[in-house]
Amino acid sequence: MTYEVPEIPGEQTEDPTGHYEEHGWPLWEVFVRPKRGLNHSHAGSLHAPDAEAAVQNARDAYTRRAEGISVWVVPSTAIYASDDSEAMFEPFEDRPYRHPTFYDIPEEVGQM
Amino acid sequence: MTITAIAAPLLKYLVRLADDNLVLGQRLSEYIASAPEIEEDLAVANIGLDHIGVARHLFSYAAEVEGEGRTEDDFAFWRTEREFTNALLVEQPHEGFGELIARQFLFDAYQLELWEALSRSSDERLAGIAAKALKEARYHLRHTSSWVVRLGDGTDESHRRMQDAIGAMWRFTGELFEADDLDRQMADEGVGVDPTTLHQAWTATVDEILAEATLHRPDDPYQASGGRSGMHSEHLGHLLAEMQWMQRTYPGLQW
Amino acid sequence: METIAADDKVEPRDWMPDGYRKTLIRQIAQHAHSEIIGMQPEGNWITRAPTLMRKIILMAKVQDEAGHGLYLYSAAETLGVSRDELQHLLHIGKQKYSSIFNYPTLSWADIGAIGWLVDGAAIVNQIALQSTSYGPYARAMVRICKEESFHARQGYSILLALSRGSEAQRAMMQDAIDRWWWPSLMMFGPPDAESTHTEQSMKWKIKRVTNDELRQQFVDQTVPQGQHLGVTFPDPDLTYDEGTGHWMIGDIDWDEFWAVVKGDGRLSRERIAAKVHAWEEGAWVREAATAYAEKVSLRRTA
Repeated sequence: MTYEVPEIPGEQTEDPTGHYEEHGWPLWEVFVRPKRGLNHSHAGSLHAPDAEAAVQNARDAYTRRAEGISVWVVPSTAIYASDDSEAMFEPFEDRPYRHPTFYDIPEEVGQM
Repeated sequence: MTITAIAAPLLKYLVRLADDNLVLGQRLSEYIASAPEIEEDLAVANIGLDHIGVARHLFSYAAEVEGEGRTEDDFAFWRTEREFTNALLVEQPHEGFGELIARQFLFDAYQLELWEALSRSSDERLAGIAAKALKEARYHLRHTSSWVVRLGDGTDESHRRMQDAIGAMWRFTGELFEADDLDRQMADEGVGVDPTTLHQAWTATVDEILAEATLHRPDDPYQASGGRSGMHSEHLGHLLAEMQWMQRTYPGLQW
Repeated sequence: METIAADDKVEPRDWMPDGYRKTLIRQIAQHAHSEIIGMQPEGNWITRAPTLMRKIILMAKVQDEAGHGLYLYSAAETLGVSRDELQHLLHIGKQKYSSIFNYPTLSWADIGAIGWLVDGAAIVNQIALQSTSYGPYARAMVRICKEESFHARQGYSILLALSRGSEAQRAMMQDAIDRWWWPSLMMFGPPDAESTHTEQSMKWKIKRVTNDELRQQFVDQTVPQGQHLGVTFPDPDLTYDEGTGHWMIGDIDWDEFWAVVKGDGRLSRERIAAKVHAWEEGAWVREAATAYAEKVSLRRTA
């Protein structure tokens, strides 16, 4: 693996506990619009003390190679995520009539 | 190989502008991997890259003006400290993030006025370089003034450190607005700008940000000078020794 | 795990076995730590780069490494850990980074060697990692891969210039290869037979290709590149096997490898000390920024 670090028998490594006392800067999610006409899409995250720093840092971290013309930053805690379980999304799988490929339109009718 | 006499006014002027940016870029490049957070490492590297980029454009143009087939590297690596014409402000070492930001902020506020004026230069090539540099300077100033405010109005410790940092750099700001014969000649020709005309706008920007940062202007009236005529602080020699080491140890080679 | 069996990505809110989560966190974190520590050996030559062009290219490369660390810590954080805690574990020696970065950069040619060999080796691994099972990690790898080919080319181009230069330059290049070749081979980790975690990581599709397979891929692609440079690899047993079409290498000194991994590498202590120093020096800055942000939000609600 890239930069994989093999374990030494008998060595003590520690795993994070998740209960580390935080004094750090909050986490922000970054969304970048690559060019006009396209949506902003999620590029990654970063830590910043405030929104102005977040947006500047996002520009430095996520658009260095001219990958974007506009950047949104959102505090990670503000993202409300859906419950990705089957109960939430499976019903949509049973409604194939919502998809254009479900319908058999004769070719002579043209593009639809 | 050594460049001794840079006579022609335009050439001298371009090299002066380039030297400021090269030396500052070199100072920033020392800071890589030392920032308080990863995000700030990225930001400082960006600013350093911008400055060296501008220096390269200016040196390339200067080399063309000189017309002797020299390159940007000849200018950067083959002049001694007495031949460098950068302002004293940019060669000062920075003791930590506070001084780095203080110096950068004071210089950014100057560069903003400078590049704005030079983007109207009658010399098209210089105007083009200035227009691009102006965009970068605006971004740098936004970044550094945010930090001056955060640190000035953060904790008691950061306030004290920031006040000290501004104080350490303040005595090198006056030189940025001194005019010599070269400046006046370039301004007369419409190519350059008289630095004294930039001082008022600079002062307004600096005062505004210092106030927002709850910092005050240093009281010390003393202002250092001499960089434009090669009378540098002792710091420049060390900076150049490090920067020029490879070229001077292995002269005349391709890398 | 059905998701993994179907070669679908595992995403942050999916259920995952504890072992899978722990392995991922450790691997992603150590990858991130490696990128950050990796800034130091190369950063060592920025101020002395021999031309302005080489200087800015090197600065941009090192800046990219900071960025890669950033993307990877972000991926790790989706697993419910904080970057601060991961960094803390690095600082106290409870999490590690790739020991390739415990070797010193003694000449400008080392910078070329690192770009060519170390980044080259990393790319072989990273391409394999793009199809790793954990979504955020895979996506970080895709982003990193896009930026990484510049890094390998940068290194090779430095060596090309040296190979076409003076006797002193060619000697500088050879000396750097003599010192960096074997450590690069060791980057792929211990031989498959001795690698304790490979089997489980392969089952979870965190690891897609084995250590030995990756190492062989790297050798096969790199030896011809070295021949083009006119270097001699420091391996008298290096031979081309007509039958298999592979370059066979001599025996790797695994004692040295384990010694360096254990922390006896020449620069192990210095690398961490430099990292810790930068962190501690920056404490007042981070605290100030946090304090300012709080003041601003209080003023807004006042």
